[in-house]
Amino acid sequence: MDYTGDPAGAHAYLDAATAAPLHPVAREALLAALSDGWADPAKLYAAGRRAQQLRDAATAVVAEILGVRPDELTFWPSGTAAAQAAILGGLGGRKRAGRTLVHSAIEHSAVLHAARTADAVEVGVDRLGRLDLDAWADAVQAGGVALASLIGASHEVGTVQPVSAAAGFCADAGVPLFVDAAQIVGRAPIPSGWSLLSASAHKWGGPPGVGVLVVRKGVRWLSPYPSDDLHRPGNPGALALPEVVAAAASLRAVVSEAQAEAARLSPLVDRIRERVAATVPDVEIVGDPVDRLPHLVTFSCLYVDGEALLHALDRHGFAVSSGSSCTSSTLRPSHVLEAMGVLSHGNVRVSLHRDTSEADVERFLAVLPELVAGIRKEAGI
Amino acid sequence: MIRLAKAMPQAEIGEIVRVLADDPAAAGDIPAWCRMKGQEFVAADGHAYDVRKIT
Repeated sequence: MDYTGDPAGAHAYLDAATAAPLHPVAREALLAALSDGWADPAKLYAAGRRAQQLRDAATAVVAEILGVRPDELTFWPSGTAAAQAAILGGLGGRKRAGRTLVHSAIEHSAVLHAARTADAVEVGVDRLGRLDLDAWADAVQAGGVALASLIGASHEVGTVQPVSAAAGFCADAGVPLFVDAAQIVGRAPIPSGWSLLSASAHKWGGPPGVGVLVVRKGVRWLSPYPSDDLHRPGNPGALALPEVVAAAASLRAVVSEAQAEAARLSPLVDRIRERVAATVPDVEIVGDPVDRLPHLVTFSCLYVDGEALLHALDRHGFAVSSGSSCTSSTLRPSHVLEAMGVLSHGNVRVSLHRDTSEADVERFLAVLPELVAGIRKEAGI
Repeated sequence: MIRLAKAMPQAEIGEIVRVLADDPAAAGDIPAWCRMKGQEFVAADGHAYDVRKIT
């Protein structure tokens, strides 16, 4: 194969929910901070003080956007690390209350893996992927619940969850609520009522390798990891400060654009939902059509292998994700699609971002029906 | 799923078609197929799934 020099994703990258392309502000801030913020912020000499200044400023920016105090917020090496620290530390801090973790059936797999360390109680969702609030209320009010976990909006189908209502039941039961806000921060309003929250910079256009964890004042959280010499709650070891600075700068830029971007992308998502349903036979458009993230849409095609469709789209320059079995690291279909009771094969998740143009979407919609038809024809349908 | 779709035209209305599938996706996808195609999902027993033709 000849090297063409085309950067990855140059055609139409439609997988922002996995990793949004780096925001230009993040790139500028990262380059500046690489020269300026490489020293250890714990040291007392000038370069250390400069690094500390940068860290404190980045913390203050993200805290203000999330509506929390700077000392409630820590940075982690990824969204996964932050979410797992929330679960493990939240359970550890409430050992005396019990060892049950109540969680929705559609949490991110990072949360589900952490849930295996506890007595996990799973609460289901309806066909649109919305939490069963009655079952949630019963589950959090049962005895021995240490922590509850609810994803803010589904990363796979986009359905926004009733976080404030779920938080109300948790408050009545005296159970802290953790919200995985990876798909919300920078795109949609932050819900209220939670005790712990995590986010991930590369979902909003910051660099990869930065997770955010918020633990509200008064919430008991015990680090699940050995401490370091600083004896501060948080991720042990050195902070990726240049990336953190870039994450904070890009979040500020992204939040200032968020309303306009949502107003631009949401109608494009509506267009995909309507056009795919009209032009692809035997297709199921998944997730809540209204109460959803502005940039994400998922659909499943009968008699189509998800992996084959992914490769066919890739050959035409489209990067998308899939919840079908054999399309990621697992041989099982997505637990989110399973929990919703919707078709899991032939699944495609399209997620848009600030560089996605209307022309990209139109080209995708023009190409998709023939690709699906081609795969079905090969299978003899 | 494809074999289920191909078997369906040969079945009479009211007849049950049994699908044998060891793919873990089948447990969700066969009921979803029934819903999309207006057929009745009867029951699952291990790797066996019963579908009644109703249209």
